[in-house]
Amino acid sequence: MKFALHIVVCAGIVPDPLQTLEPTSGPNGPGLKNEMVLPSVLDPWAASALYEAANLAAKNPASKVWLVSLGPKAKLQQVMMTVAQKASFELVAVDGPIGGFPDAHSTAAVLADAIVALPGLDRERMLLCGGWESATRGAGVTLQLIGERLGITDQFQGVDQIDLLDDGSFEVLERVEGGRHQVSVCAGGPAVLGWATGNLAEPRNNPQVGMANMRTIMPALQKAKAATLEANGLRYVSASLPRQQRVTRVEKNMSADEIALELVEWIGAE
Amino acid sequence: MESILVLTHTATSDEISGEPGSVLTRASLEVVTAGIQLSARLKATLTIGIVGNAEAADTLASVEAKLLAVSGMAFAQPRYASDAAACEALSRAANATIVLAPDSSRFARVMAGVAHRVGGVIDTHITAVGGTDHVEVTRWFYRQRVEAVLSRDARPWFLLLDAGTHAAFTGAAGSAIVEQISVELPAMRTTVKGIRAPKQDAQTIRPDAKMLFVAGAGWTKKQPDGQTHVDEAGKLILGFLRVAGASLGSSKSLVDQGGEGASVLPFLTHLNQIGQTGATPRHAKGLSTCCHGEEPHVVGWRFIGERRAISLDPNCGWTRGKADVVYVADAFQVMSRVNALLDEKKL
Repeated sequence: MKFALHIVVCAGIVPDPLQTLEPTSGPNGPGLKNEMVLPSVLDPWAASALYEAANLAAKNPASKVWLVSLGPKAKLQQVMMTVAQKASFELVAVDGPIGGFPDAHSTAAVLADAIVALPGLDRERMLLCGGWESATRGAGVTLQLIGERLGITDQFQGVDQIDLLDDGSFEVLERVEGGRHQVSVCAGGPAVLGWATGNLAEPRNNPQVGMANMRTIMPALQKAKAATLEANGLRYVSASLPRQQRVTRVEKNMSADEIALELVEWIGAE
Repeated sequence: MESILVLTHTATSDEISGEPGSVLTRASLEVVTAGIQLSARLKATLTIGIVGNAEAADTLASVEAKLLAVSGMAFAQPRYASDAAACEALSRAANATIVLAPDSSRFARVMAGVAHRVGGVIDTHITAVGGTDHVEVTRWFYRQRVEAVLSRDARPWFLLLDAGTHAAFTGAAGSAIVEQISVELPAMRTTVKGIRAPKQDAQTIRPDAKMLFVAGAGWTKKQPDGQTHVDEAGKLILGFLRVAGASLGSSKSLVDQGGEGASVLPFLTHLNQIGQTGATPRHAKGLSTCCHGEEPHVVGWRFIGERRAISLDPNCGWTRGKADVVYVADAFQVMSRVNALLDEKKL
């Protein structure tokens, strides 16, 4: 049996992982040097959530996916040019600060307000998705806080798979310690799903999907509400790069036997 | 004046009896140590709360702390609705200003929600708790690329401590006095069915192993004879895991090959992935093979002590201050000899 799903995906934008990051100090606390000009991408685990959501929606007719994203409008527009070609969604943009240093509680409050205001969203059958941790703050709390604000008490984190069952319930696999999954069955929406990697590869760019998405993305960016994030008493004492830089010994002329002997000795050493 | 609550949980239920496990997890015992140290430093009162099975309190009998517990079948398995209600009840009963808890999958799932319910704030993945007359905590941002020290005025302040950052508490067991806290549970819409794990001989992720072995995409690439040797690669890797008792990690590019239809190592899953979109494990030593050592992968090595790499590329990322030793060599040849030597040692 197919069920029309209402899926809200919360996804931020993060610096491209290949960029060099350098923390700086500003009047509002730490930030990244040249943060606004660093190339950005959709947060990787949240991107997994988006692809899984789009896949679920495609299998269940009349389903809809909203992508709720908080960030500077110009950066959102830049990232959406690529993301729009990979999955069908309706963008809900909130114009606000970028980065991992703002308080997660404030971020959650802003995103929860944006979700509550979504026209046509049936919150009783909503699946609230996102990455289980971001690549910026990496705290794994924002989605949970949004869920609590929306009164959702069925929450799952580190999700790698969900399977919809005939009665509207779903089976969900969450990562737990030791490379294992906890298997649970939830009666159905509303539920929070903090995705880990999932099982889908990154979709190939589809210009037709991109064209369809862009019809709603540009208006969404134009009417994005501005949001400020309160510090909530959060104070940074310092933010710095790790000092650890190893002195690397590069061995180019050792034979395989010599290397093996050295490695075995190293492995056995306490 | 601060008051401290340490929240702990027992191991999940015994799959045969269905009863909650009766021992605290190692991560919980590490947080007990952190709580004892912090309360001594701040001269603060200490309360320890247990979710799961109150019998576990006996291992804490020697701690100068008030002991609270929420126990029963409903708390045998990790589940948001029941665990959040339990932790909320313990937090309200203790009325603490600082709440320490392990950053386990069980508590990471619920603790932000609990903090919200009691009007508090939360920070997670804490690697150090410092400060003299007030509390400052250390955590990483941008996937272990920027380290920050922060503090908060708001209370209660929930702190989830990463595993491996403190020694596990060990003290004489005894008969502890535990106050049971009652919990009003909402209707449960989620049923925990159990744990799905690879077969014992196929379990390649071993968090307690001394050694992390990382396989990169090079294992599945064409070798000097112009052919791929994926089967041989698989045997070498599994052979090393067996003789060295190592845990297996992987680069994203190798795991992703499975989704793209390429020939891959069948025992690898996304759970093995280390780095930006994978795990950041803690092991004393790490050996990387056939991996370029690019930053998105290496950020997952932040908590690996000694690092060595085998790569055919003398300019790979590992040579730029990311490893202690880089061997420019063919990993197939080296690992086959390493396995043979380790096998000989075991005989």
